[in-house]
Amino acid sequence: MATPLLDVRGLTVRFRTERGELTAVDDVSFSLEAGQTLAIVGESGSGKSVTAMSLMRLIPDPPGRITAGQVLFEGQDLLQLSESQMRAIRGDRIAMVFQEPMSSLNPSLTVGKQIAEPVNLHRGTAWKRAYLVARALLERVRIPDAGSRLQTYPHQYSGGMRQRVMIAMALACQPKLIIADEPTTALDVTVQAQILDLLKELTRETGAALILITHDLGVVARYADRVAVMYGGRVVEQADAATLYARPQHPYTQGLLASIPRLDGEAGKRLVPIPGSPPDLARLPAGCAFAPRCGRADATCTASRPPLRALPDHHLSACHHDAL
Amino acid sequence: MTPSEAAAPPVPRGQELLRVEDLKVHFPLPGGGLLRRSAGAVKAVDGVSFTLNAGETLGLVGESGCGKSTTGLAVLRMLPLSAGRIHFEGQDITAQHARGATFRRRMQMVYQDPYGSLNPRMKVRELIGEPLQVHGLAGDRAGYEARIAGLLQTVGLLPDMAERYPHEFSGGQRQRIGIARALALEPSLLICDEPVSALDVSIQAQVVNVLQELQERLGLGYLFIAHDLAVVRHLSHRVAVMYLGRIVEIAGRDELYRAPLHPYTQALLSAVPVADPAVEAQRQRVVVQGEVPSVLKPPPGCRFHTRCPQAMARCRSEDPPLADLGQGRAVACHLHSAAPAPRVVPIAAAA
Repeated sequence: MATPLLDVRGLTVRFRTERGELTAVDDVSFSLEAGQTLAIVGESGSGKSVTAMSLMRLIPDPPGRITAGQVLFEGQDLLQLSESQMRAIRGDRIAMVFQEPMSSLNPSLTVGKQIAEPVNLHRGTAWKRAYLVARALLERVRIPDAGSRLQTYPHQYSGGMRQRVMIAMALACQPKLIIADEPTTALDVTVQAQILDLLKELTRETGAALILITHDLGVVARYADRVAVMYGGRVVEQADAATLYARPQHPYTQGLLASIPRLDGEAGKRLVPIPGSPPDLARLPAGCAFAPRCGRADATCTASRPPLRALPDHHLSACHHDAL
Repeated sequence: MTPSEAAAPPVPRGQELLRVEDLKVHFPLPGGGLLRRSAGAVKAVDGVSFTLNAGETLGLVGESGCGKSTTGLAVLRMLPLSAGRIHFEGQDITAQHARGATFRRRMQMVYQDPYGSLNPRMKVRELIGEPLQVHGLAGDRAGYEARIAGLLQTVGLLPDMAERYPHEFSGGQRQRIGIARALALEPSLLICDEPVSALDVSIQAQVVNVLQELQERLGLGYLFIAHDLAVVRHLSHRVAVMYLGRIVEIAGRDELYRAPLHPYTQALLSAVPVADPAVEAQRQRVVVQGEVPSVLKPPPGCRFHTRCPQAMARCRSEDPPLADLGQGRAVACHLHSAAPAPRVVPIAAAA
């Protein structure tokens, strides 16, 4: 089998907080092929965003620290690179699209300059030519009147348009991997669909892989090829999207799917909520993090953490009851 | 029986509880110059009419800037009305002063943010009891304590939680405290503005179920304002879709979701992904371009024509009225001004 584009092995990230040290990402592993879309789903505190930031080595240290693991990108461990080597990769071969375009764009630089900058920086393209690339990119993300838009500033754009600018920036150096952290959470639903359709279409055209960080199980179903479900800093289930929705194995995944109303479900039928609330990472239980909310939990679950075990169809699940 | 169940609602289930007629909420824009003359107005809500029966949920959906939250606040009279009439429990409350008025006991609000809407320095007992104190309904000590305990039980919390502070609770529990507080004055109408959207996915269902159970038990009417179309479908009996200050379509839940008539409703439903890759793979989608225009300068004619895939010449100049198509359904679209010809956009293609 060919080397995957991205192979994350045993990634562990710890944070020092007022309430002691906590493990935000605990022994997380996944891999991704070129052209694939992997969704990392989870609720607040699940570790999904910290995972994304760690891949780019963007965790502020202190308080955070990557304490273990490997992030093999095209066979090279990003965690072993110097900061300047890492800078050469960020925005070039790996690009990121953030949730809040307004806070990730520089308000005092023109949109043209911000898109042209990585082209100039990473490719050594002269500014004049880099602006031409920027213009082509704005057209590609379907910003009307791209030529005259180069000289405008982020505040002159709507939320959806800003996110298009972010995507244009991300695409500037034809990255192999795009990491999108809740890219549409702040947007209206019709605009959300436009932006995600665009991202998906562009990755199809360029062959880039996409990591989509989200809490929305509908978005995952529509756009992802493969899914990793995170809970309490760990991946508790991982499978191809079709398999995960057809045969969810982990009680947390099953619970999530049963607790959300669906547009095509039986209207008004009582939802089955998951009792309790997501765990506090500073006070994780000794055993399975989901055990306090799980209907199937027994003495084994509270005593020991279930490892991620392989099931048929490239399906992984971390539950002591999987063997049943 | 908890005290909240003792008082029967004066409007029987199925009878009209709230009627809103041609509601307008305009915010004047300060103009420049010496005289600071107004430079026009933001027409946040611009001619909205609907009714709501006791025991019924009307979902109010739309994207940001459509006026759904402003409508809720205006019904509560927390914002001044520019025009229109509001009838509640058979009375015209348009001219009544909101402060201290009886109707303000009978309609209560459930807020979006369970973190920001509860005073962190008050114990749960005080938070829930405050409305009773304010309205002078606290009564004797024993009765008051029993009332607080009853309210906590009503929303699925334990009576001994009354001694705790909001930070000791999870988001879902806090939202239930907010609901208990809203129920303290025995309202007949709850205005719920995005009551679950700030909550984690796994706990939204806890609050959704509490709202459903309360309605069944107490016969409350809900004006349920939300952008999540799946949650709205789950809880609502009828749904109104808003766009730039207007209702563009209103219909019974099943009719609206099965065969949306307005192109905006079709696009909105189509944009929402279903949590099932098998369904998504076969789904026909209606895609609209662009974003919601600024409410400061709504387009002339039909306000949706700039994004509508079916816009005609007439739509650019002529504003379509909300035409009653019978059976509780009304649509503001030139395609449907006469007899209805529903275009069925199924969620899943027929097998």
